[in-house]
This record gives sequence, C-alpha cells and structure tokens, in this order.
Amino acid sequence: MGDILSKYDILGAFWVTIQLSLLAAIGALVLGTIVAILRVSPVGVLRFIGTSYVNIFRNTPLTLLMVFSILGISFILGISLSQDLSRNAYWWAAIVLSVYHAAFVCEALRSGVNTIPTGQAEAARSIGLTFNQSLTEVLLPQAFRGAIAPLGSVLIALIKNTTVAAVILGTSEAAGLLAQITENEGASLPTFFLFALGFVILTLPLGILFTNLSRRLAVKR
Amino acid sequence: MDAAQHDRVDLSKGQKAGGNREPMVVVKDVNKHFGDLHVLRDINLTVGRGEVVVVLGPSGSGKSTLCRAINRLETIEGGTITIDGKVLPEEGKGLAQLRADVGMVFQSFNLFAHKTIRDNVTLGPIKVRKTSKSDAKKQAEALLKRVGIEAQADKFPAQLSGGQQQRVAIARSLAMGPKVMLFDEPTSALDPEMVGEVLDVMVALAKEGMTMIVVTHEMGFARKAADRVVFMADGQIVEVATPEEFFTSPKSNRAKDFLGKILTH
Ligand SMILES: Nc1ncnc2c1ncn2[C@@H]1O[C@H](COP(=O)(O)OP(=O)(O)OP(=O)(O)O)[C@@H](O)[C@H]1O
Ligand SMILES: [Mg+2]
Repeated sequence: MGDILSKYDILGAFWVTIQLSLLAAIGALVLGTIVAILRVSPVGVLRFIGTSYVNIFRNTPLTLLMVFSILGISFILGISLSQDLSRNAYWWAAIVLSVYHAAFVCEALRSGVNTIPTGQAEAARSIGLTFNQSLTEVLLPQAFRGAIAPLGSVLIALIKNTTVAAVILGTSEAAGLLAQITENEGASLPTFFLFALGFVILTLPLGILFTNLSRRLAVKR
Repeated sequence: MDAAQHDRVDLSKGQKAGGNREPMVVVKDVNKHFGDLHVLRDINLTVGRGEVVVVLGPSGSGKSTLCRAINRLETIEGGTITIDGKVLPEEGKGLAQLRADVGMVFQSFNLFAHKTIRDNVTLGPIKVRKTSKSDAKKQAEALLKRVGIEAQADKFPAQLSGGQQQRVAIARSLAMGPKVMLFDEPTSALDPEMVGEVLDVMVALAKEGMTMIVVTHEMGFARKAADRVVFMADGQIVEVATPEEFFTSPKSNRAKDFLGKILTH
C-alpha cells in the first residue's frame, strides 16, 4: 500500500477529478438553465429544441458521447481544443460532462418550476413584468430553490460520472489511475477501497449540504 | 315568449359609462371560446373613470374570463378592449406597459412566495416603473400602512393570514399607480372573519375614486360601493343596473333565479 501511494500520484488524479467536476458542474448549470428556459418558453420552436436536447442527451450513454467527442469530432472532423492530445481530451471530457448533465439539470429545474403555482407567473405578468423579468425575478429563483435537492443528486452523479472520462483521458483522473494500478500491481482490495473512499469523501458532504440547503431555502407556501 | 329574448334587457346600459363619465375601460364585441365552449359572447361593456362595477353571475358564467381578458391573461378572439383610450396590444413590451396600468387582485392572492412583503410591493415599481429603490421602499411603507400591514413588511407571505395577504396584494397593485383595478372574487378564499378587513380596504379605494371592476358575491360591498351591477350568465351580459334596482327588482328571470339562490344562503 505504501509504495503504491509513493509510486502513483493518487492525489493528483483526484485533483483532476475535482477540476473536471467543477468545470462540468458550472457548464451543466449554465447550459441546463438555458435548456430549461427553452422548455418553458412560449415559442413552440424553442420548446421543441429544448425537449429534443433533453431527449437526445439523457438517452445517449455517456461513454458513447466521450468516445464520439474524441474519435468523431476531434479525429474525423479535426476540431481540436488543444495541440496537446491529453489537454484536448481533458477539455472534451469537461464539455461532454457539461452537455450530458445539462439535460439532467434541465429536468431538475423543471421539477422546480412545477412546484410554482401558476398564479405566480400571472401575478408577475399582471404587474407589467416582461417575460424575461418574470423569469429572472419570480420563476427562476423559485425554481432553483424548489430544485436544490434534485440538483444535488445531479451534482453527485456528475462527480461519479467523471470516471467515465477515463475512456478518453487514460490515467490522469482517478478511475483511469485505479485501472492502471490494478494492471501493474495486481488487483488489491485496499487500493480499491482507497479510491472508493476518495469518492465518498467528495460526495457525502455535498449530499448533506444539499439536503440542508433544500430544507432551509425551500419556499414556504 | 322566447325565454332568452325575455332575459336580455337593459343592455344599452352596459355600453354607456354610468353617470356620463369619460370611458376608462371599453370592451367591444368580445368573444372567447375554450374549445367548443363559448365563454364570452359578444361582450360590450364600458366602465367610466372612477366608476365601480360589480360583476355577478352563476359559476361558469365567464366572470373570471372577462376579468382576465381585460388584463390579457386570456386572449380574445374577436372585438377589442381599450384601456384609457389605448387598445390592448396582442403581446410584447406594449402589452407589459399597459398591464402595469391595470391592477389585478386574484382570489388566491398570488403574492411572490420567495419575496418579503416589502419586496412584493416594490418589485413592480422598481422593474417596470424604474422607480429608485429608496423611493419604491418609501412608497411601499406608505401603501402597507394604508392597508394596515406596515408591521409585517419584513415577513414572507406564508407567515401572514389570508386577509393580510390579500391586503398586501392590493397594495402591490396600487404601487403601480393603476388606472383601473380588477378584483376576481378577492374574498372568496378567506375565512369569514377576514372578509371584512379586505372589503374595508376596497370600499375606501372606491371612495377615493379608483376605477374598479369587481367580481364578488358580497352583496354588502355591491350596495355600499358599486355604481352599477353587471349580471352575467352563460358568457353573456344579461342585465346591467344600479345595485338598488338589481337587488330589489331584477328584470331578467336568470337574475331573479340567481338572487333567489344566493340570498337564501
Ligand atoms: N383554461 C380553461 N380551459 C378550459 N375551460 C375553461 C378555462 N378557464 C375557464 N374555463 C371554463 O370557462 C367557463 C367560464 O369560466 P370562468 O372561470 O370565467 O367562470 P366564472 O364565472 O368566473 O365562474 P366562478 O364563479 O366559478 O369563478 C367555465 O365553464 C369554465 O369551466
Ligand atoms: Mg371565477
């Protein structure tokens, strides 16, 4: 165990996991909010685009999207995000994680929107707020607060799903490194538990935090 | 004689604002369907500046729909609705601006649940009227005082009683400086002991000269504050009269029938 710790940069690998999680969480939140706005928009075409987005990305395996980003977009279409192959894979991993989880963020927000009585939007319109103002002042704040618990679940799933990026990242993040250690040193339960513990340390406090937040920020009706 | 024919009396009174007032709200030849259901049939109604009109009628007669159409929360199929000389636009910024001039008080209060009472009242003035935050705040304090809620300004809607919430909703509408106020059964979701406090605010508003269209079954309010009563049934305006005339000698059978039912309660 000791020599595994000194031979391999386990902390470094988890640091990449954390970076990917942060980048993808921000990306997914922004993109997912935009898709959610499309889905509640009064314009039919926009709603269709939003619905299609969710249906496509929620139903495509993440591994497939990862592979497609490198083989399809980078190699065949030649769209690279960095000259350096591993940097290119890193950025694609962050983008694919964002795009994929945005579909889930959108659905979490929509469940938040469903907690808002229709009268709230009508009251907003009746005092003369425009559609955008109604969204930013009345609907989205309540939707976010009603969606904190499901958003927390999405974030935890996202952190665990960074392991899927191993298919394009090789050994730089945690799951890829675990695979390499297992291959080089043979399978060992302690190593496996160490990595599992790493993920629990990342996700468990978040779970508690989000449960707490959702209770404290819930809109009283 | 044909019953429907017999029922349609006094309609000319709906088209002219009472007491030779300058027209504030003009509803002209308005029609509306929900699927096969014809909910508004050739509605013509003129409400004068400073006039208080109470709309009565059995459930499903289209009272709420008419109110909501005047604020364009419902679209209309034919005809026009004019507010202070301006035709209500279909959508867009023009509509939002005109809506700001039309206050609406809902049966279910609809206060913004995530904002404090004060922020509920200041939101419209700040965002729509571009009033400065400090001015909006001062105005909100004054309005909350006027409806008797000044002590609750920092609370959230869920912490207030129904009667208090409805008075805040009235203050929120008044903060926009509306030209006309619409009330859709403002007291029917309230516990009986809270009805009075809301009606008192409305009566005071009427006395101050606010133009009001009020859907309510509160006969006391109609007698005290209304200039005219509009009786609707099956999407039509069946009778228009002064409250005195309407309650003591209704002309149409529908109205007699309706009054018979609510007065025995
Ligand atoms: N969004 C809607 N979709 C379909 N039908 C509707 C809708 N809103 C109202 N209706 C129907 O239109 C008719 C008129 O409704 P409206 O709410 O205007 O009646 P009302 O006079 O306000 O009745 P109440 O006294 O019960 O409030 C009713 O038959 C109602 O069921
Ligand atoms: Mg109604």
